[in-house]
Amino acid sequence: MVTVEPTSIGNRANNGSQFDWDRLVQEHRVHRTIYTDPAIFDAEMTHIFGGTWVYLAHESQIPNVNDYVTGKLGLRPLIITRSSDGTLRALYNRCSHRGTTLCRWDKGNARSFQCPYHGWNFANTGKLRGVPWPDGYAEQLVKNSEFNLAQVPRVESYRGFIFGTLNIDAPSIEDHLGPIRKPIDEWLDRNPGGKVVVCEANRFKYKGNWKLAYDNSGDGYHVIYSHQSLIETENRFADEDTAKGMSYYQHEPDKLPMYIQYMGNGHHFKDKRPALERRPGGLWAIESLHPGMEHVADKLRGRLGERAEPILDLAGSEPVNINVFPNLSLLGNHIQVFQPISVGETDSVWYGTKIEDVDGSLGSDVLNDVNTLRMRTQEGFPNFGEVDDLTNFEQIQRGLECIEDEWIYMNRGLGIPDRFETLPNGTIKGPSTDELFMREYIREWKRLMADSPNNTIRREI
Amino acid sequence: MNLHANHDPSRFSYYMTDEFYTALISDFTGWQADDRVVGDTAERELFRSILEKEARLLDRLFFEEWLGLFVPECAYWVPSTSNQGDPRSEIAVMFDDRRRLEDRVFRLRTGNAWSQAPASRTTRMISNVEVFKGKAADLRMVRCNFLISEFRDNETRILTGWTGYRMSFGAADWKISAKQINLINCDQCIRNPSIIL
Repeated sequence: MVTVEPTSIGNRANNGSQFDWDRLVQEHRVHRTIYTDPAIFDAEMTHIFGGTWVYLAHESQIPNVNDYVTGKLGLRPLIITRSSDGTLRALYNRCSHRGTTLCRWDKGNARSFQCPYHGWNFANTGKLRGVPWPDGYAEQLVKNSEFNLAQVPRVESYRGFIFGTLNIDAPSIEDHLGPIRKPIDEWLDRNPGGKVVVCEANRFKYKGNWKLAYDNSGDGYHVIYSHQSLIETENRFADEDTAKGMSYYQHEPDKLPMYIQYMGNGHHFKDKRPALERRPGGLWAIESLHPGMEHVADKLRGRLGERAEPILDLAGSEPVNINVFPNLSLLGNHIQVFQPISVGETDSVWYGTKIEDVDGSLGSDVLNDVNTLRMRTQEGFPNFGEVDDLTNFEQIQRGLECIEDEWIYMNRGLGIPDRFETLPNGTIKGPSTDELFMREYIREWKRLMADSPNNTIRREI
Repeated sequence: MNLHANHDPSRFSYYMTDEFYTALISDFTGWQADDRVVGDTAERELFRSILEKEARLLDRLFFEEWLGLFVPECAYWVPSTSNQGDPRSEIAVMFDDRRRLEDRVFRLRTGNAWSQAPASRTTRMISNVEVFKGKAADLRMVRCNFLISEFRDNETRILTGWTGYRMSFGAADWKISAKQINLINCDQCIRNPSIIL
């Protein structure tokens, strides 16, 4: 049983009306202030990070009962727990007494959390278990649900990805994801048992608005210039028989069969797979050079013959960008998460994933070889590509300080006849360098910002 | 027996084998023990001078010369957890073999590495140098603390932590066969981690 409380007091869920959204977000351009205005950022923390489903954590981070990981919903510190009956919860990491954060560790296993300030003790379900010297209170606090921890009222897992929203009127997570579920399913199902396990991360911070990362997540236009140093490095051995990495962007990428697809509800999907040869080992063949790759490839091919090729592909980077609004991106083998810190600061965490030998068909030697190699392939882009993106995001944020130069354009492809195709399920496909996805997702952003989400918190009874 | 021993590790990656990882993890486990300290002052001075030279080369952006301080089949490792972790099953902040270390230098030299255009200016302080016996006679483990002041884009920030070196005695001198850089904030979000540490 739970009690649901409307968050009426001091809440900013209805502060969207003070802005003229039609002026700030136009079809072909957006106003600089959506990246720079702290008041708009404040509104985002309820209308977006709260008002719609937000990615919180991956189930493999809390596989056992009583495991927890700390995280955030917007700026709200959370403890994401799996209680003894297996239920997933996103507790506010905030003592119901005086507001102290209860848990200061990144992860662990605990049946309860004790406030370091006055010693109030809460079960990992959020229920208050006890307080020091309870006879100093006029009532029995443990019997009053007001003193149980606040928690995110709706927490759902989609195949291991845990999402939460404060908006009790939001659609189900399945409906909210909608057509983007198909690429998510394919991304998972290429791995044994259709699952991945999170295994540490490349963790970045940049001084720029969070949307700069989401704008970039499906951007095929920046690749060849922003990542010039990476592409040169990947291909520095001229006698290589095939081009490596993202080289396929080098010559007229819009004429290749890869595409960008807007998937509804702010989600979008960049599919580079059609530009590549679809055969066992095809992915591995264009993988750029990583530590240990020749050793493992020779070893597996020697042992398994042709069966080695699809196994090597598991260590290769899946050429997709699956972007789930507002803060999740699956790309290569990474689970990338955008975490706003302030209007001008964002954390961008690239969680690595490994595979499990779910049915025992790989054997532990092969599994270890694949996962070791998979660690090395995943370290490549964050080290040699992402750092350049983040630098450009920071420099955008700086450029946007030019107050009088108000607009940012996202008009690539707009107005060109027959450039897009709307499919029966409502998704829209276009050439891979198109800014179609930016125009569409920011339209959804605008809808949410102008809306009045029914944000609530809940407490156990 | 490595069938590919004649392959240039700058070009091909055959040496990063199970045995290489196993030895690396073993060498970097339990080595900072009082009973393994090398007390000889001259030897300690020798390693201190190697570390100071390395810091100077990196501060002056002499990356190619810096690469010469390493054995050909080396590892450059920045763990993403404070207990070093296992690079076979965990993402590291950085984990380079010879070729990728040279990739790192190559990328910085392209002129299009926007995260380092213009390049950071750094000064590195090395201190608390201690030398320990390795698991073989021709190995030493060296520990130092480091403090890198990095000036970039109108800000000076500090990157700090400690480094463990596995030093191997080759034909004529000691070289780095593995460098493990332990940033004190290795498991937290770091802004623009694009200099060579």
